[in-house]
Amino acid sequence: MLYINCPHCGMRSQNEFSYGGDASVKRPELNKEVSDQEWDDFVYNRKSLRGKHLELWQHISGCRQWIKVERDTATHEIFRTFKADEEVA
Amino acid sequence: MSQAFRIENVGLLNRDKKLSFKFNGTTYFGFEGDTLASALLANGVHLVGRSFKYHRPRGFFGAGVDEPYAVVQLYRNGETEPNIKATEQELFEGLEAKSVNCWPSVNFDIGAINNFLKIFLPAGFYYKTFMWPKSFWYRIYEPFIRKAAGLGVASTKHDNERYEHKYEYCDLLIAGSGPSGLASAYAAAKNGAKVILAEDKPRFGGSLLTSDVNIGNQSGKDWAEGIIAELKTMPNVVVKNRSQIFGYYDHNMLVMSEKVSDHLPETKKYHPNKRLWYIRAKEVLISSGSIERPIVFGNNDTPGVMLSSAAKEYLKVYGVLVGKKPLVFTNNDSGYETAIEFKKHGVDPVVLDSRNNPDSEIIDEAKNLGINIKNSYVVVAAQGYKKVKSADIASISEDKKQLGKIENIQCDCICVSGFWTPTIHLASQSGNKTKFKEEIDAFVPGQSKQNETTLGAANGVFSLEETLKTSFTAGSEISKKITKKDNEVAIPNVVEKKSSQHDKFWCVPLPKGKNYKRFLDFQNDVSVSDVEIALREGYRSIEHVKRYTTLGMATDQGKTSNLNGLQLVSEIENKVVPAVGHTTFRPPYTPVSIGAIVGREVGKHSKPTRKSPMHEWHEKNNAVFVDAGVWLRPRYYKRGNENLFEASKREAKNVRTNVGVCDVTTLGKIDIKGPDAAELLNRVYTNAWLKLPVGKARYGVMLREDGIVMDDGTTTRISENHYHMTTTTAQAANVLSHLEYYLQLVWPELNVNVVSTTEQWAGAAIAGPKSRDLLQKLFPSSDVSNEGLPFMGYIEGDLFGVKARIFRISFSGELAYEVNVESDNGNFMWDKIMKVGDEFKIQPYGTEALSTLRIEMGHVAGSELDGRTIPYDNALEGLVSKKKDFIGKRSLQRSAFIAEDRQRIVGVVPLDKKTSIPEGSHLVKDDKARLPNPKLGHISASCWSVEYDNPFSLAILKDGKNMIGEKLFAMSPLKNKVIPVEIVSSHYVDPKGERVRS
Repeated sequence: MLYINCPHCGMRSQNEFSYGGDASVKRPELNKEVSDQEWDDFVYNRKSLRGKHLELWQHISGCRQWIKVERDTATHEIFRTFKADEEVA
Repeated sequence: MSQAFRIENVGLLNRDKKLSFKFNGTTYFGFEGDTLASALLANGVHLVGRSFKYHRPRGFFGAGVDEPYAVVQLYRNGETEPNIKATEQELFEGLEAKSVNCWPSVNFDIGAINNFLKIFLPAGFYYKTFMWPKSFWYRIYEPFIRKAAGLGVASTKHDNERYEHKYEYCDLLIAGSGPSGLASAYAAAKNGAKVILAEDKPRFGGSLLTSDVNIGNQSGKDWAEGIIAELKTMPNVVVKNRSQIFGYYDHNMLVMSEKVSDHLPETKKYHPNKRLWYIRAKEVLISSGSIERPIVFGNNDTPGVMLSSAAKEYLKVYGVLVGKKPLVFTNNDSGYETAIEFKKHGVDPVVLDSRNNPDSEIIDEAKNLGINIKNSYVVVAAQGYKKVKSADIASISEDKKQLGKIENIQCDCICVSGFWTPTIHLASQSGNKTKFKEEIDAFVPGQSKQNETTLGAANGVFSLEETLKTSFTAGSEISKKITKKDNEVAIPNVVEKKSSQHDKFWCVPLPKGKNYKRFLDFQNDVSVSDVEIALREGYRSIEHVKRYTTLGMATDQGKTSNLNGLQLVSEIENKVVPAVGHTTFRPPYTPVSIGAIVGREVGKHSKPTRKSPMHEWHEKNNAVFVDAGVWLRPRYYKRGNENLFEASKREAKNVRTNVGVCDVTTLGKIDIKGPDAAELLNRVYTNAWLKLPVGKARYGVMLREDGIVMDDGTTTRISENHYHMTTTTAQAANVLSHLEYYLQLVWPELNVNVVSTTEQWAGAAIAGPKSRDLLQKLFPSSDVSNEGLPFMGYIEGDLFGVKARIFRISFSGELAYEVNVESDNGNFMWDKIMKVGDEFKIQPYGTEALSTLRIEMGHVAGSELDGRTIPYDNALEGLVSKKKDFIGKRSLQRSAFIAEDRQRIVGVVPLDKKTSIPEGSHLVKDDKARLPNPKLGHISASCWSVEYDNPFSLAILKDGKNMIGEKLFAMSPLKNKVIPVEIVSSHYVDPKGERVRS
């Protein structure tokens, strides 16, 4: 079970969180014309990376904040975690 | 027979407490502190079971977790548990056990005929035989194999035992209480670290309980007892026996199974049977020791052949002689230690050493005691069927290939030592890349990946002096980093006898003309020739060899067989062992009860049960409840002998003619506040929200980004910047997360807060033509006329002194209202509604009537919003704004979603107006068509229309728009029904929606 450093609450076990997928996906702006390809990429197409992956988790049984977690999908190593509004350098 | 093999005054048993137990129907006696294995051996019982494939007689091979043979069916307190290792099961008064895998009895087992058919049961026989004819598999082959193979039988009864889960955090978790575990725990504890020390056996001390050593002028055993006693007094230390750490998971999470009650005749009241510990440790010290490995020779599976360390443990811990004429067969000094113990207790052993002329302090002691030692000698084959009677022995050449003349020697047990295999399971599970250590012919942990350190024998260190030195140091250094304290602990003096280098020899060659079975894996009957076949047939990867031959796949997971298997593969392949590699060590290290894994989350405890504040009222009024997500809701209120159908019909009819009240507390409620609240709703829902006035409610549908309907409900504008959203019961949590996602990540610029208020409000839906009359009496000071409170209107009212929210919304399709009060006032509200409603013939109605009412009105619910439908499918496209953007809008342009013949909701009525259509039935054009009969749609919900007094269903039907009036068939192969039906509008009752506005 992963041990995730919630930027708001500190180290918490994985079972307090729920997974939210790739954090690098950006929703197209509202009212903007988007091509089928752009929309499909947003809704469906994911890379399923092996290795370092920036992903979303929600601290659902804690502060309820969505956070970003930089994790290795092969080894489960967690490198860094960020608040929702933090820029990832 | 009364414990003829027990020696007086030896061992660690409580001799004052004699226990009786039954094995295969015979009553025996043992002592408190015995295992089932030691007690049986004390009684001279060596035959405990039959092997998996050939049904060969099986005895005891080990004395603990590594035991491959002695797997029994246990009976305890009216319950039964399969596949218990007799070597691990502690004896208690009244214990009963039976052999497994034998019929009719362990003494006479019909399956043993397989022993003579073994030519037909080679490696991979599962994959080779029983292939033809195909039709035989299910009827003949599979049932036969199932009966013949397999071990114990699982109980079919409900398990009444209780299992607990515990979460724990510590600085150092130490696995194993042998010398390295004790030393490191002690040093770390002295530095103030929070330590958990776990031992799988009942007694602490590991090898110190049986070895002849001296630590700090005490015997090893006394030293261990002293350390444990001191650790137990320290507040920062948890010491647990009967506790097996069986898995090492991510981020230093380890799981331990504590046997709380298995050693007792019955579980004490309020005690669990087992407790599963989830331990998050900053550092893990693995001191899991090592397991002796066998030497492979002919008939090495005969009862009476066992590990020499096991023989020593039975003697020193349990006071049991495993034989009175022992033969010790060894390639290292450990065999001598066992021989010395025999000799000291008046039994004359013979030692066969595969080495030419070994020399060490231990061997000198054996020689001084006058033990008969034969160098360069090996056991060629054990003789005897159900018990060793003698051994064929021979001298062996220096290159270990040539056997001398075969001699027969009388013996009643053969104690084997093929040197030691470090127990590296936990280290390997942690991700540690293991390495092969030439000096000991075994794998040891390599580079750590997580925060783990392996110590002592588990790390391939077999000298006690070195083990203690490194373990004290490790415990001290590692804890120092965490606690910043450095309290030095003196390392005690050690007196141990030095041993000499072991012999790499592991397998006795077959003598000319003999074809003895030489077993590698004892539980799964995998012999040398099976592995040879696998390799001959082209299997190369050790993982493939394992699966093809089943080597190491039994309940003991190859603890005694894996390394010898690797030796064999490397020899045949002409590779070194590390090049062959080992199979992956996966948790659990030992079998874990399913009950322990499940814990308390069984039955009603598998999820929380949520009850509305009015629950007790429902109970008192004969409500029959149904699970709605985690909620318990009244399904119907039973009157007299009514069944579900009759009661729900009565309740629904009363709503249509008088007035009914339904507990709608379970609906999800979300409070939305902030200047941008309207903007958020406008983006989340498909319809327009910017112009909703204060005091008005609106129905809304929200989509996922892929265009599929996520949920529906009403949202009411309570005040300028304050909205009250309702969701379906099932989706409440998901909708909240959904809103939080967009507010926190996508549109953080929106100034809005959302919070769940589901539990804050108790809700009652009052529905029916007389509902306004009732409402007027409940709220005499409020104007609830059609003008004062129009459809989709909202006011606040005073319910006999209690503040209430009144929404004019309707799910039933009737004139209806929803009244909300703070949860604590729920019962008050309900009582008032029932009392005041009496004159209007009010009746409570449950979810079944609620469904009936909404179905015949064509209102959609979870069975239509099933994660596969878009607004059009539910006839909700009128709510989809063309002007503004919203979540999921772009997806609605997908070609499948705008197809001309897109599926759509319809009503379905059976032609005979009598036969109810099972939910889930498929709609087809031709009931006689060849399979696969094309499915046009499915029945999503069915009811008995109280308006028309005939069955009515909703369906999602392909090209539903153009299907009204068509005749189709509803087919339910599950219920074996074919019903001719007519497709009608989904708005079966009051299609213009006049009632809700009346």
